[in-house]
Amino acid sequence: MSRRRHSDENDGGQAHKRRRTSEPIEIEDRLESLICRVGEKSTSSLESNLEGLAGVLEADLPNYKNKILRILCSVARLLPEKLSVYTTLVGLLNARNYNFGGEFVEAMIRQLKETLKNNLYNEAVHLVRFLSDLVNCHVIAAPSMVAMFENFISVTQEEDVPQVRSDWFVYVVLACLPWVGKELYEKKDVEMDRLLSQIEGYLKGRVKTHVPMLQVWTAEKPHPQEEYLDCLWAQIQKLKKDRWQERHILRPYIAFDSVLCEALQHNLPPFTPPGHMPDAQYPMPRVVFRMFDYTDAPEGPVMPGSHSVERFVIEENLHCIIRTHWKERKTCAAQLLSYPGKNKIPLNYHIVEVIFGELFQLPCPPHIDVMYTTLLIELCKLQPGSLPQVLAQATEMLYMRLDTMNTTCIDRLINWFSHHLSNFQFRWSWDDWSDCLAVDIDKPKPKFVKEVLEKCMRLSYHQRIVDIVPPTFSALIPAEPIFVYKYEDESSSSLPGHSMSITVGNAIKNRASNEEILTILKEVPNPNQEDDDDEGESFNPLKIDVFLQTLLHLAAKSFSHSFSALGKFHEILKNLTESDEGKLHILKVVYEAWRNHPQMISVLVDKMIRTQIVDCAAVANWLFSQDMAHEFTRLFVWEILHSTIRKMDKHVQKIQQELEEAKDKLEKQQHKRRDSGDDEDMDKASEDEEGQLEEQIERLQEKVESAQSEQKNLFLVIFQRFIMLLTEHLVRCETGSVDISTPWYKNCIERLQQIFLMHHVTIQQYMGTLENLLFTAELDPHILAVYQHSRTRRNPDNPRTARFKKLAS
Amino acid sequence: MSAKLNALNSDSYIDVSQYRDQHFKGNRYEQEKLLKQSHTLYVGNLSFYTTEEQVHELFSKSGDVKRIIIGLDKVKKTACGFCFVEYYTRTGAENAMRFINGTRLDDRIIRTDWDAGFKEGRQYGRGKSGGQVRDEYRQDYDPARGGYGKLAQQHRPTEARNSF
Repeated sequence: MSRRRHSDENDGGQAHKRRRTSEPIEIEDRLESLICRVGEKSTSSLESNLEGLAGVLEADLPNYKNKILRILCSVARLLPEKLSVYTTLVGLLNARNYNFGGEFVEAMIRQLKETLKNNLYNEAVHLVRFLSDLVNCHVIAAPSMVAMFENFISVTQEEDVPQVRSDWFVYVVLACLPWVGKELYEKKDVEMDRLLSQIEGYLKGRVKTHVPMLQVWTAEKPHPQEEYLDCLWAQIQKLKKDRWQERHILRPYIAFDSVLCEALQHNLPPFTPPGHMPDAQYPMPRVVFRMFDYTDAPEGPVMPGSHSVERFVIEENLHCIIRTHWKERKTCAAQLLSYPGKNKIPLNYHIVEVIFGELFQLPCPPHIDVMYTTLLIELCKLQPGSLPQVLAQATEMLYMRLDTMNTTCIDRLINWFSHHLSNFQFRWSWDDWSDCLAVDIDKPKPKFVKEVLEKCMRLSYHQRIVDIVPPTFSALIPAEPIFVYKYEDESSSSLPGHSMSITVGNAIKNRASNEEILTILKEVPNPNQEDDDDEGESFNPLKIDVFLQTLLHLAAKSFSHSFSALGKFHEILKNLTESDEGKLHILKVVYEAWRNHPQMISVLVDKMIRTQIVDCAAVANWLFSQDMAHEFTRLFVWEILHSTIRKMDKHVQKIQQELEEAKDKLEKQQHKRRDSGDDEDMDKASEDEEGQLEEQIERLQEKVESAQSEQKNLFLVIFQRFIMLLTEHLVRCETGSVDISTPWYKNCIERLQQIFLMHHVTIQQYMGTLENLLFTAELDPHILAVYQHSRTRRNPDNPRTARFKKLAS
Repeated sequence: MSAKLNALNSDSYIDVSQYRDQHFKGNRYEQEKLLKQSHTLYVGNLSFYTTEEQVHELFSKSGDVKRIIIGLDKVKKTACGFCFVEYYTRTGAENAMRFINGTRLDDRIIRTDWDAGFKEGRQYGRGKSGGQVRDEYRQDYDPARGGYGKLAQQHRPTEARNSF
């Protein structure tokens, strides 16, 4: 549902309000609008629009030159999908006004330096590509572009830098060649050959052990998941073999060749890539997602091959469109579907592939998962006759390949598919998937269907799920999400806590105070202790059991009822869970009572962490405990674990933020005192203030350290448990001479990988401890490999560094 | 560095709508300010049978949900087709406006809008009959929202309601 922009009244996040009365600002808006909209649907041809716009801008140059420069620099940076429209425009302006062309190039170089300084590497690629296309428009002289590329490639000779740094500089050169390769080869073929040869040498020596962690499928067939630089290199090699003939890119400047070739060109100033800074955040390695090839689009235009440069350009452009418009799904869908040149390619297939590529990207999708669901729905609405079929075909293909799909990606597929179905009355040809009924229920396919049905049920209700699947699927239908009350009826009267549960239940119903209830609970015998032991202050599992089962049963009606109960009896619950065993036991009881309703378990655990009834480590220990072993491969377990880790993260960040703010305040206060002069009274007051702030900072510092310690402990617990479980499995298999690769093992090892991938930033801080305590050389190589691969993904040692170190030792 | 372009900054799905709560205690300016900072969304066009669990599952996709308050018929104290969803962060609410607003929950297209914040009493419908105002006057038959609108129900012959 679109909402109209109230650009007049609601500037919302804009820095300043527009003054509608002021003329120059109106004109600036108009210029911005004209420039941003050129190339969009119009009754006139693109060429005549560009011609017209060039004329308008030329006329405005005397008064609005700086504004125009700024706008053009911005579109170069932010609208890469319309690259050649704007390079043509700049070409036309340069032909009419040589000085303007020169100033624009200078402004672009300044902007490039800024983006690199600010770690905006994606935008920097757009800028360099823009500059390279300006060679085609006779704005920049080819030799100076080659010189810039040579400077970029010289980064591969640097010592002691992360591989991701030199990777990026190689990437940016290769990523420009589809646009400008032909022109550069015509003018400087010797230099270009040398450049490519250097690149080839560099690529051969790269460390790539991290690649398997990033692949969506472990299988090479039908489509290998190639490392992105390897794929691009193959594409450029093929382009070179085809003598740089490239027919996909829209090149409006060709129509203006006669005008443009009269223009004088500028030389790029020599550009030295900024040196490596320790806090630089280069783009992380990635893998190219492919799920379709020319055999998949049955009729119509053929899909360009995986190593064709057309494939690269199409995917680049579609990714750029999503990056530009992801917040506005209608616009995004419309822009994707109006891709120029769409009649020559199976556009729907490309779109679906690119969207799934982003959704399944490891470690994380570029945008929030739900955006992709809604975007696909929007696309189905706009192309109801064709896109839903492609989507169904894609879903089918993804289902077929579940056996080798990464567990994290399966999670996302489950969430996407169930949410998608809920928007289409859950209509699906489940019978087509009846092959999943013939295999063990722990295998990926039936597991997938089971999890999908569970998520579908959360968005609807149990009977609905029963109705939508064929009766043969009954084993995969989720349990009805009902509470399991231990002390339900007379048949449970033999249970130790039964009579107590009635007493407690009545007390709660009669609104007894917390004290009264605690007194009642004191009477609950402790099965762990001798009769004449202390007054029952220590961990008493039965007490927890009786109280919590009864309470949750009374509050079972809805989430709100349960939350209210947890809040009302917070004091009692804190009392019962003082010890670590208490915390573990309360989680156990929650699970036992609500084991048919994983959603309820998740929200209760979340609430209990937030209200500090349990802590994060307790949750981790509980999930890895023997009691939960049979649930270990279920999605809800991992959702709880990752949610717990995230809460811990946010907690630490929050306190760190408070600390920073207090430090800032202190600094300001100190400046004030310095600047205020010799007023004694003011001095004293200021000193007091500073003293208070210093105390506060000290307290916060302690809080931060304590929180970080808790965070480190959480990861230690998690990794320790993983190692224990995996080692057990590996040893058991070894002694029994059984293959280690069971579905359980694949799930477990990929879950371990997932922890590293999803939380790599946080884990980085504790690497030292982790290496010393857990990931030592004595560890089984299978497990150690996961740790090492995650490290190289983050910071692959430059092979030159490794060789240099070897030489130096 | 080049400026951000307004034309490219469009984020219209999170714009504040024209609706203003007439019962809001405070002036227009205060209400606007709260709406622009709010973490709470009003959700409308729910089925009377939509549960808190379903709302939680759907709206959790855009961020961690702090609480959900199901709208109630003032007389019957049963769900009457709307609710409030409060997020821990503004971003969670914004992403709901971008990606959940206008999609389906329980087979119905739901609508989300910024809310100035839940206050006790706001969980009740303000229609004369106890439900929402929109259910007082609507003419269509919506089985998930009590059938015909309240006014239309009064004009319907009783046989139609009693027949199976």
